[in-house]
Amino acid sequence: MYFLAFTYEFWTPYRAVTQHQGFVNTPPTPIRFFDAEGSFVGPFVYGLNYELNLDTFERIYTEDTNTIHRIRFFTRGEPYRFWGRLDMDLHFFDAGEGKVFLLGADALGRDVFSRILTASRISLTIGLVGVLLSFFLGATLGGVSGYYGGLVDIVIMRITEILSAIPQIPLWIALAAIVPIDWPVTRTYFAITIILSTMTWTGLARAVRAKLLEMREQDYIMAAKIAGASDIRIIYDHLLPGYISFLIVNITIAIPGMILGETALSFLGLGIRPPAVSWGTLLEGAQNISNIALYPWLLTPALFVIVTVLLFNFVGDGLRDAADPFKEL
Amino acid sequence: MSDVVLEVKDLHTYFELEEGTLKAVNGVSFTIRKNRTLGIVGESGCGKSVTAQSIMRITPKKNSRINGQILLHHDSGLIDIARLDEDSDEMRDLRGRDIAMIFQEPMTAFSPVHTIGNQIMEALFVHGEKDKRAARNHIISLLDEVGIPAPERRIDEYSFQLSGGMRQRSMIAMAIVLNPRLLIADEPTTALDVTIQSQILRLLKRLQRDNGMAIMFITHDLGVIANMADDVAVMYLGKIVEYGASREIFKNPKHPYTKGLLRSIPKFGEKEGAHLATIKGTVPVPLDPPDACPFANRCGEFIAGKCDIRMPAAVQVAPGHSVNCVLYE
Amino acid sequence: MNFSKYLLQRLIYAFLVLIVISFLIFMIVQLPRGDAVDRIVNARQAQGDIITEEDEAALRAQYGLDKPVFVQYFIWAAQFARGNMGHSMLGIPVDKLINERIAATVLLSVISLIVTYALAVPIGIYSATHQYSLGDYFWTFVGFIGLATPNFLLALILLFLFHKFFGLSIGGLFSPGVEEQPWSPAKALDLLNHLWIPIIVIVTAQTAGTIRTMRATLLDELGQQYVVTARAKGLRYRQLLFKYPVRLALNPVVNSIGYILPRLISGQTIVAIVLNLPTLGPLLFSALLAEDLELATSILMIQSILAVIGVILGDIILSMYDPRIRMEKGVT
Repeated sequence: MYFLAFTYEFWTPYRAVTQHQGFVNTPPTPIRFFDAEGSFVGPFVYGLNYELNLDTFERIYTEDTNTIHRIRFFTRGEPYRFWGRLDMDLHFFDAGEGKVFLLGADALGRDVFSRILTASRISLTIGLVGVLLSFFLGATLGGVSGYYGGLVDIVIMRITEILSAIPQIPLWIALAAIVPIDWPVTRTYFAITIILSTMTWTGLARAVRAKLLEMREQDYIMAAKIAGASDIRIIYDHLLPGYISFLIVNITIAIPGMILGETALSFLGLGIRPPAVSWGTLLEGAQNISNIALYPWLLTPALFVIVTVLLFNFVGDGLRDAADPFKEL
Repeated sequence: MSDVVLEVKDLHTYFELEEGTLKAVNGVSFTIRKNRTLGIVGESGCGKSVTAQSIMRITPKKNSRINGQILLHHDSGLIDIARLDEDSDEMRDLRGRDIAMIFQEPMTAFSPVHTIGNQIMEALFVHGEKDKRAARNHIISLLDEVGIPAPERRIDEYSFQLSGGMRQRSMIAMAIVLNPRLLIADEPTTALDVTIQSQILRLLKRLQRDNGMAIMFITHDLGVIANMADDVAVMYLGKIVEYGASREIFKNPKHPYTKGLLRSIPKFGEKEGAHLATIKGTVPVPLDPPDACPFANRCGEFIAGKCDIRMPAAVQVAPGHSVNCVLYE
Repeated sequence: MNFSKYLLQRLIYAFLVLIVISFLIFMIVQLPRGDAVDRIVNARQAQGDIITEEDEAALRAQYGLDKPVFVQYFIWAAQFARGNMGHSMLGIPVDKLINERIAATVLLSVISLIVTYALAVPIGIYSATHQYSLGDYFWTFVGFIGLATPNFLLALILLFLFHKFFGLSIGGLFSPGVEEQPWSPAKALDLLNHLWIPIIVIVTAQTAGTIRTMRATLLDELGQQYVVTARAKGLRYRQLLFKYPVRLALNPVVNSIGYILPRLISGQTIVAIVLNLPTLGPLLFSALLAEDLELATSILMIQSILAVIGVILGDIILSMYDPRIRMEKGVT
């Protein structure tokens, strides 16, 4: 999935911002293999006609079974800049002269499928980057707290307690509302990441501390101390190997929370802002009930969010079982 | 034979595991009489605890299978416990009333969130007592009887407030509250320190003298057996290898395994620097065991072609003293 | 130490926590914005008024904005403590705007909490006692989905489904026009009719989590020695199950009240925005967008207070429930 996210330019037929005039709110295009007479022609889509319903001002799309646009693979299409450096125009597929909207198009005629893949880069990495950040904070502070104990421990633990007593989402909203609207995309991205991390590191810090407290009491640490090892050395040489798997598990479990947080903020229009897209911003268009009712394919990003989080949860669970040698299966 | 309390005949308790059939108890027979104590000795994993659990019918439900006869001599006649359904009212009625059990871990044998009194009284209520006040008074005098000071106060305390010895006394009180005919003590003193151990043993003896109950005493500690038991069954790998009066077995051990066990006890007056004898190897896991002498692979007097082809039959070497070993056949 | 002393200690601690929180919130919400005077000045200038430096300074003094941050904070905190939350930019006193929404928030949270436990505990017990059965797998699966679906998405999906299949609009807590009516059985019924969907949405994730906790701890407890002891006493399996392992497995669940309540309050924020519920969440959102600072600060404060109350309640209930903690803290 991360692979898809890092190479989306290739997989998507159109750029996320390309507005296809005349294809506003197109429903998903069915891909067909047999034409109207029933003979096999390989994957293709029909051309689209639409007429405006004058009562409701809705566009009604109909398939034009006379025009057949074959799906072409590895085609040259809209040019893009891969990773901002390489100029390329290779796409995995498109429909030649016709348009293919696998998951429909939005109110500005943008291909939802392309947008979802594009958005996955931000949505997935924000989880990863955010978790790494809070992991850094949490592991360091939790580690210091657990290893030294005493006053340091008390202060750090009080801080985590206070932070976790504030309702998380309202605080996120408040913090995100501070981020100036005119900031460039990358800056907003990092601001949002930091905001998400401020709240999530506390859990990790507590977990690390508890684990360290438990390990600190064990005899081999005492032995190392008696042998004259320095604090840093004990932490890195003796304690770290013991809880590295534990940390990995906790990180995996924390990622979905981050992804959900970003989605929620962007959904409210407080997170990632256009022209950048994340799953949350895609869903913003789905806030309005009449919108969803008419164009249900706008909800598909939700599916991606759910599946992603589900996958992370499964992996995290599996890792947790694998990392705990004492757990009975 | 009127004073026989329990007769076990050819008891087999198997556990069906993914890896095969674990024959934890594999053809065990013995008799326990009123006012007498049968000691069952053996290393960890020899099946002594499973034997006890089989008699109580509290082996893990899902995958255990019991064959053979467990005959309880009841006022109303013989009851074959092996044939009762473990969840039947009949079986439940026997548990606690006719056969009671004390366990090795007095710490975990009590629920930490219920008072001692509550948990002891429960046995009374389950078996028909209605009067709460009478029950309470009964328990207080019982706690007093097992040597707990200030029983009026202790009755309302929780297990974690009591010392190890107190907890074990409470457990004994819980077991004898209904004057059972048979008390099964599964390593009751293993978790205690030596002075408490001897107090508990003395208490059990006194209770036996007063109530005339039969005791089945399970331990790996030969010293305790010598002190407690009238008869001894030496178990190895699910089988009884030697069985007889305690005095006889200690004075005149026949089976190589029994001899080995006795040699491994340190004695006073032995030459300084002499090595303590050990039995080489460890008890194997009885997964689909071959039909042979179970001790064959560790035995110092192993005879190829004899010991490893069949299980030796029991041989009477003295009145009431039988041994299963090819050396005496 | 007795119970009231313990309670007092908890309350003092909570109070200190709230003071720190209030300072944080004050800083977060109020400081980064251009101050109110700038806005007033801009607005007046837009209307063609001429504003001198002296006018501006006078305005600043009037609003207390000429003072250092700490002083500003203390003035605000003192006012807040007296229940004076200032005025919204719409000119309505903040407390008036907030009061009814607090009631709705608390109502929703408490009902959600009750529903969470009412669902999660029996299902957890079932799953643990029927480990690896079809039902267990089913609930594990449902639990995973429930954990993975952010509640505002669930709200959206439900909105869509209801609209599509029943043609119903399920937002709000009352049918149109009913809210203004005085309380009557009909109104209460209408409330119940609208309440269950937000409840489902809010409760799903928490319930899924609690089922997993309940199942795991109960499985742990079922393997404990005291279960065997109780069986040896002749107890029926069901009697024993509910008296011992279930009772002990409930401990972490009871303990979770402390963090589930804040999460419920937090989680309903976005749901309330999507479903248009009259709770604090949507008000906070619009206040922040409109830069209505006094309103936003107050709402955040109130939400935090509710959350801290939840934590204390959890502590107290657990200490009454578990004798080990009761003894450790010396509460009798």
